[in-house]
Amino acid sequence: MRMSPSVLALAGPRWGADDAFRRMTLAFGLVIVGLAVAMGGTMAVNSRLAWRAFGLPFIWTSTWDPVAEVFGAWPFIWGTLVSSALALSVAVPLGLGTAVFLAEVAPRRLSDAASFAIELLAAIPTVIMGLMGIFILVPLVRWAEPWLARTLGFLPFFRGAPYGVGMLTAGLLLAFIILPYIVSITREIMLTVPRSLREAALGLGATKWEVVRLVVFPYARSGVTGAVFLALGRALGETMAVTMVIGNTPKVSLSLLEPGYSMAAVLANEFAEASSDLYVHSLVAIGLVLFGITIVVNAIARLMIHRATVRAS
Amino acid sequence: MTPPDAGLARRRRTNAVMFGLAAVCTAVALSVLFVLLAYITWKGVSSLTWAFLSRLPRPVGEPGGGIAHAIVGTVKLVGLAAVLGVPVGVLGATYLSEYGSNRFGFAIRYCADVLNGIPSIVTGIFAFTVVVLPLKHFSALAGSVALAVIMIPLVLRSSEEFLRLVPVSVREAALALGVPRWKVIARVVLPTASRGIMTGSLLAVSRVAGETAPLVFTAFGARHWDQGWLQPIAALPLVIYSYAISPYEDWHRQAWAAAFLLLIVVLAGNLAARALMQPRQEGTGS
Repeated sequence: MRMSPSVLALAGPRWGADDAFRRMTLAFGLVIVGLAVAMGGTMAVNSRLAWRAFGLPFIWTSTWDPVAEVFGAWPFIWGTLVSSALALSVAVPLGLGTAVFLAEVAPRRLSDAASFAIELLAAIPTVIMGLMGIFILVPLVRWAEPWLARTLGFLPFFRGAPYGVGMLTAGLLLAFIILPYIVSITREIMLTVPRSLREAALGLGATKWEVVRLVVFPYARSGVTGAVFLALGRALGETMAVTMVIGNTPKVSLSLLEPGYSMAAVLANEFAEASSDLYVHSLVAIGLVLFGITIVVNAIARLMIHRATVRAS
Repeated sequence: MTPPDAGLARRRRTNAVMFGLAAVCTAVALSVLFVLLAYITWKGVSSLTWAFLSRLPRPVGEPGGGIAHAIVGTVKLVGLAAVLGVPVGVLGATYLSEYGSNRFGFAIRYCADVLNGIPSIVTGIFAFTVVVLPLKHFSALAGSVALAVIMIPLVLRSSEEFLRLVPVSVREAALALGVPRWKVIARVVLPTASRGIMTGSLLAVSRVAGETAPLVFTAFGARHWDQGWLQPIAALPLVIYSYAISPYEDWHRQAWAAAFLLLIVVLAGNLAARALMQPRQEGTGS
């Protein structure tokens, strides 16, 4: 909303106090700009030893040996990408289904109540999700893994000893953490689909599902994509829940049953006890990579959601 | 009338199957929340005694003891974070809503979005580099700075939204009476939006109260009362984390009780924020 051309514009000769007030609020606003710049800047400065020692290959080197002081980020990047992809592959269908039900089938009141409940899920601290993960999901996965290995073991993704902790557990737990983001944004976008479009399709004899598939989904596509990227941004950076169930083993394996590691998890685990400067700088370098990835993912998310809301209004 | 063909029957079947699946998805999503709430309550409620809330931890390995230090720690950490973060958020939002349709406004909004999206562990690294490294100490101050940085963009965006809801006519009415613009903003616009600003701040507070990742290497945690702002301090989420991954049965029990307490606090914050917004039916409040 812009100020309409009104008396605000004519407010006359600037009062000294007015000017001072504007500058004061601007200063507070610029604190935010300063923080964002400082964040990138301090991390770049405090990771310089790692970039100097290992260069860009730091990103795709798989060795992580604090004793020999050889550091490479690939096991963590790999773990972050795999666990997030796994989380999306569970949460996207589940979230879309829920959003379709809430937007298209459920009566408005039930829909509002249910989506409030699902949004509460997003408010639950992730350390509590991690606690649930350790004591419920890990035993459950440990129980299911021998069966998975027997039936799907011909695939490289389901081999290995049934530890319970590992990629699969982390991915599932992440799925529940990002589910609310997908559901609430997707539902809201679906509710903005114009009634006339639905009625036109129904009038042509489409079933309600065909309306969803042929009218609602295409209309909501960019908004849904935005929701998925927003959820991905959350999944990539989620720390506690992942740290508690992923197994914290820096190795690269195709198997989802094997323990792994993630960028956020290694920071949470090793930062406080990193002894040498190079060790600290290598960890900050991982933080910088994570920072870069999430900025890009979130920018895509905002662009998509913005595009969807501009069209809806 | 043509007889109902096989195609239509198939389409109707697809319709029923797809919406059936959608209902199952909803049931799964909702049951996750209810299982979670029920399980944590069941595991936590029996251990949540007065002794647990009012005592310090016992030495490692001895059963019993409480989390009084962590409750005080969380209150202090979040309190200072709010003192640092809320004014920046609210005044920044004031700039955005009252003067912000220029390149400064664009830059501020953009940076707020960036800050909002970055993982909280990265914020922790930032607080580590600007507070812990120079002072050479894990400290409560560093923890609060990390939490404040998380709060600022949350408070900024929600406050801006509510400030923009204040009708232009209200501002114009005050200006027409000859009130200078800064006074209009301070005495009319901000108070009118205060309920919304409070809601946003409350949501931000309950969000950071549960944050763990940025505290791991800033506030660090402690097993005793805190020793001032420049020393490590305990926090509820840190206690849950360290007890959950410990090998002791009794610490697991305490982790559940602490999780139950934290859950109550966070959900109460969210519900209170929602309740605060309810009586706004008639529009602008006041």
